[in-house]
Amino acid sequence: MDATGTLAGMADQAQFSELTMDYMPALYAAAMRMTRNPSDAEDLVQETYLRAYRGFEGFREGTNLKAWLYKILTNTFINSYRAKKRRPDQVDLDDVEDFYLYRRMGGLESVDAARTPETEVLDALPDTEVKEALEALPEQFRMAVILADIEGFSYKEIAEILDVPIGTVMSRIHRGRKQLQKRLWEYAERNNLRPRADTTTGA
Amino acid sequence: MDCDHAIYRVYEYLDGELTVWRRRAITRHLDDCPPCADGFTFEVELRRVVVSKCHEEVPHDLKARIAAALGLEPPQ
Repeated sequence: MDATGTLAGMADQAQFSELTMDYMPALYAAAMRMTRNPSDAEDLVQETYLRAYRGFEGFREGTNLKAWLYKILTNTFINSYRAKKRRPDQVDLDDVEDFYLYRRMGGLESVDAARTPETEVLDALPDTEVKEALEALPEQFRMAVILADIEGFSYKEIAEILDVPIGTVMSRIHRGRKQLQKRLWEYAERNNLRPRADTTTGA
Repeated sequence: MDCDHAIYRVYEYLDGELTVWRRRAITRHLDDCPPCADGFTFEVELRRVVVSKCHEEVPHDLKARIAAALGLEPPQ
């Protein structure tokens, strides 16, 4: 490589670092939910940065950098980490009704102002339980929900990241979310976290 | 617009994935229907809770490790 190439290379390095390092916390959080453990998550993020760096020349300015990084993260996860398992669980999820959790908490029926607000129940859910509920989703649903809910990507961006049609993305997000609600409700029930009507008022 | 139709589109509505017209029709329904509006708010709250409870602290040496692996200057 001649001097000009080296200089351009250094400029690229600095630019790469400047543009991509801010995404690390978000990429790490997503990697944690994908791999389910810190050491694999660290390796996955590091491998993502290595691949992104090698492919940085192919990245065109003006395109979506964040989505590009997530596509690399997702592909790296699918190709390396998932390879441990022979193939993904091609499971489907039961149909869960809309507003599942809200209905279970009595949302649509009761106008009892003394009832524990549903949001208090949500806040009482332990972090570990919420993480486990998300991590327990079958992979294709989990990926879609992570990208939509945690990272805030649009359906179109997720379709590009996961390389599946938008209709599929939509169905995975919606079903994944409802399944998540079902798991959270099971936890709430087991631990008696459900909202209760306060019948002792004034007693 | 009835409740079932509005609820059926709850995720597309909250994800900002509806056309302007569909979006407006649902907004109008929510203005007139407090139970549905509460349910939509609940879904927003649930998402907020999931996001905040899934927060992760990045291991402090990860950034340095990656910078080293890339041959970049370590971050300050």
